Amino acid sequence: MIPASFDYVRPSSLDEALETLHDQGEEAKVLAGGQSLLPLLRLRLAYPGTLVDLGRVEELRGVADRGDHVLIGAMTTHYDVVTSPIVREHCPLVALATATVADPAVRHRGTLGGSLAHADPAGDLPAVARALDMEFVARSAGGERVIPAADFFLDYLETALDPGEILTGIRVPKLGPGWGFHYEKFHRTAQAWAIVGVAAAVRRSNGAIEEARVALTNMGATPVRATGVEESVRGAELGANGALRAAASRADEDTEPPADLHARPDYRRHLARVLTHRALLAAAGTG
Amino acid sequence: MTEQLDAGVVARQIKEGDLLGGPGGGREVGRARRRKEDARLVTGRTQWTDNIQLPGMLYVAFLRSPMAHARITRVDTSAARTQPGVVAVYSGQDFAAEQGSLPCAWPVSEDIVIPDHPPMAVTEVRYVGEAVACVVATDRYKAADALDAIEIDYEPLDAVTDMTAALDEGSPKVHEAGNKAFTWKFAQGDIDAAFRDAAVVIDRTYVQQRLIPSAMEPRAVVAQTDGDSFTLHSATQIPHVLRVMLALTTGIPEHKLRVIAPDVGGGFGSKLQVTAEEVLCLLITRRLGKPVKWTESRSEGNLTVHHGRDQLQRISVAADADGRIRGVKVDLLADMGAYLMLVTPGVPLLGAFMYSGIYKMDAYDFTCTGVFTTKMPTDAYRGAGRPEATFAIERAVDELAAELGMDPIELRRRNWIRHSEFPYTTICGLTYDSGNYEAATDRALALFGYDKLRAEQADRRERDDPVQLGIGVSTYTEMCGLAPSRVLGSLAYGAGGWEHAGVRVLPTGKVEVVTGTSPHGQGHETAWSQIVADALGVPFEDVAVIHGDTSSSHKGMDTYGSRSLVVGGVAVVQACEKVKENAKQVAAHLLEASPDDIEFSRGEFRVRGTGASRTIQEIALATFAAHNLPDGFEPRLDADATFDPDNFSFPHGTHLCAVEVDTETGATKIRSYVAVDDVGSVVNPLIVEGQVHGGIAQGIAQALFEEAVHDADGNLLTTTMADYLLPSAADLPDYTTDRTETPATTNPLGVKGVGEAGTIASTPAVVNAIVDALRPRGVQDVAMPCTPERVWRVLDQAGTAPRAGAQTTEGGPA
Repeated sequence: MIPASFDYVRPSSLDEALETLHDQGEEAKVLAGGQSLLPLLRLRLAYPGTLVDLGRVEELRGVADRGDHVLIGAMTTHYDVVTSPIVREHCPLVALATATVADPAVRHRGTLGGSLAHADPAGDLPAVARALDMEFVARSAGGERVIPAADFFLDYLETALDPGEILTGIRVPKLGPGWGFHYEKFHRTAQAWAIVGVAAAVRRSNGAIEEARVALTNMGATPVRATGVEESVRGAELGANGALRAAASRADEDTEPPADLHARPDYRRHLARVLTHRALLAAAGTG
Repeated sequence: MTEQLDAGVVARQIKEGDLLGGPGGGREVGRARRRKEDARLVTGRTQWTDNIQLPGMLYVAFLRSPMAHARITRVDTSAARTQPGVVAVYSGQDFAAEQGSLPCAWPVSEDIVIPDHPPMAVTEVRYVGEAVACVVATDRYKAADALDAIEIDYEPLDAVTDMTAALDEGSPKVHEAGNKAFTWKFAQGDIDAAFRDAAVVIDRTYVQQRLIPSAMEPRAVVAQTDGDSFTLHSATQIPHVLRVMLALTTGIPEHKLRVIAPDVGGGFGSKLQVTAEEVLCLLITRRLGKPVKWTESRSEGNLTVHHGRDQLQRISVAADADGRIRGVKVDLLADMGAYLMLVTPGVPLLGAFMYSGIYKMDAYDFTCTGVFTTKMPTDAYRGAGRPEATFAIERAVDELAAELGMDPIELRRRNWIRHSEFPYTTICGLTYDSGNYEAATDRALALFGYDKLRAEQADRRERDDPVQLGIGVSTYTEMCGLAPSRVLGSLAYGAGGWEHAGVRVLPTGKVEVVTGTSPHGQGHETAWSQIVADALGVPFEDVAVIHGDTSSSHKGMDTYGSRSLVVGGVAVVQACEKVKENAKQVAAHLLEASPDDIEFSRGEFRVRGTGASRTIQEIALATFAAHNLPDGFEPRLDADATFDPDNFSFPHGTHLCAVEVDTETGATKIRSYVAVDDVGSVVNPLIVEGQVHGGIAQGIAQALFEEAVHDADGNLLTTTMADYLLPSAADLPDYTTDRTETPATTNPLGVKGVGEAGTIASTPAVVNAIVDALRPRGVQDVAMPCTPERVWRVLDQAGTAPRAGAQTTEGGPA
């Protein structure tokens, strides 16, 4: 399809981009890798007055080790995230989940910041952000603020970012030793969105699970933490398959899974339980 | 791979340039030549319709009905006319006097209802996506923008979305004449006797879901006129048929209309059509005197490219206790959609003679009812009728085997036509000229490691493994090479099934082949070059193939139904024979010998028993000069031939599929897939391999992924590729392919056609495997596409799905 007409600006610095956003107000829309926004434009489901393309804002790209956390620039492509030695060493769950995003072409264009700011609950990375308690660094003409993941995703395709704000980077806390990770994605084709996904991080100690973090993809309007599972699984022995299964059976508590062509809600609930069990097993069994 | 080695065989690896042998021990035929057209097709350095730019060209965008069924009560295009760049805005009313009705060339029965089908709706719309207005503007963006300014009021009418309900007395009507398009019956033998006292009767209903053909190149049209004559470029499979039909529809005299199919990027039947957009672009260029272009978007295509399949099949099989099939009864509902397009009603008839498959039986009874609904019309889609028939009989035979507790291969052996019985006239009245089902099946079983997989299946069942293994069998045949003209006539089709070829020998000895078949990705240029190289003894590189333009390839029936090689290729052979005959006259004259003493071999004409000879290139030059030719000889070697086959061709094969089914999630995974096809003699094994791979992928796609979904109001919900799932290479398994070669006896090349084989064979193989995996859990069928959710629900209903945690009763929308 053909998008409706819009103005297009391509600033070369963050300040310039913020200035443009400030001037244009709600008419402006930030373009990152374009893997979600461009289809919406072409289907005429979005009619922004101005597109502010961040493609030339180099300062928003890259991965840095900041001691207790890893800072990933919002415009870092999925490909660069997956291949970053820092990410692979300190935030393996991010690398695991990002490697499942769509296909290589999308991963070379799409960005971490773009997919988080798009806030599609069917996207893989919002759930990972919840599981790892990432922090979102946002800048506006007025200054910078940091938004915890728990406060970032407000509703379907809606975040805590103000119209004048740009997501500049994501802080991924380093979890330290003893953690195992897994992202369990269930989808019909390699390029399709997850019907349900489960991001799991498990800290093991003395043959038992000491702490677990579990977040779900596509089980509601926003990514959700499966707190019931996290509570239940604490203290479970690593070999206790029954205990893990019992904990996983709480995965769909307090969720409102959507109905679409690929799955009705009861099936999603079922999948959430099965996949959470698998994700816990995998996370508990890996180093 | 291990199992293949264990079985003592390794699948044939085809390499570039391999000479695998072929009919007559030809040097080129049988060789795995890389395709000469691919460089330009793959790099895009060629003329696709959308690449065409003409001076002063205007762009057309169509406004499409948002309602499945409604009366158009008001149209106001005045605001749109004032939008920037807009040259003209038309609604159906503007074309009403001249647009005619889109043609249906296959009035299958006496009782058929062929409703008027205006290219642009005038008073009533009958499916979502039907064109109701259009904008012509200076660029495609302005054209698209101005669509928003057209105002149309609709008075909603009831949608008709379900075929069975549509036939109820009180159903809302799609057309005034009612919702039944036709009834077509065919019977042979005493069906009542076959079913009476039968030890076992299998009675099943299968749904052939509606599919949306997704050619890589979307449809595109460029129309132009010089004020007198017209040229239409279209991404079509059928430039020749289209020219005739457009002339009849628009009143533009046939000799004033040239139709060009430049390079075309796939069709799968979807471009075997006379479309509303083609007619309307011609009418617009006639009005404005300027060239116009229209290229569809993918979403527009999902709505308005003709759809495929969509049948409800009730099949009954009666058999003796030892598994011998006595008779087959088929009652079919076929969804026509809102109108009958080019061959819409004929599609189920192409399957009508194939429900007996490769099996012998005493009686057969077939009834098909065509039904109108308020949806996009259906029409040919890869296999057209034959995939549906093959699916039903191959599914039912597996069900019969299960019912009898018999191995599905053994049951087939007891019923199939034995190699020694060919030629064999089936219960449906078709004469299968050749085949060897034993050889193909034995080869497939060995490659597959059948016994080993059965053992693993038993083990998984024993262990109650959450991942179960199923094995699916499909021993298919198909009728290809459409078609003997007399047979088409007896089925009330509006045209013949012959094909034309011309062979021109240029002064330098190079050769141009003019073919009436119209490639859209098949590789005609390569295959025809191989045929001509052998026939005339010229180098492969010295042959060019001309196609797809009614002014240069003036005569043809185009490409569909696995007909190009079987009919068009044979025409090329026959034209070459005439060329050789002409050349022999010249050779004899130059060599001062009698034509009867001239032998031809590998491009040389030689006087028998002497060393004197002339090459075909020398003869070409001598003929061009024409200084010294036999008295009365027309100075030309060129020749035309038109071939009308006596019979269809009948490729066959055995496909075996192993599927792992995760009973916890419903996910399925194809573990291994073996295809042994017998497509007769092979001109180019690389092309055959490609056709088989693509065909299998398309058949798997129907089994597992693709489905056009409408809501109760008739809205298509799968308008994008996010919702209409096409598998990519990442979603498909490796295939193990091999061939047996049982040459067709009905044509000089011994070829049978391969364009549809994989698609016809693979769908039942996959679904049979899934059902086989789950049968011990009480599952008899899984509706296509066998999505994870469907598999899980079937298990859930059978009460055998493993539970993860708490029971839930939440259902959500149906």
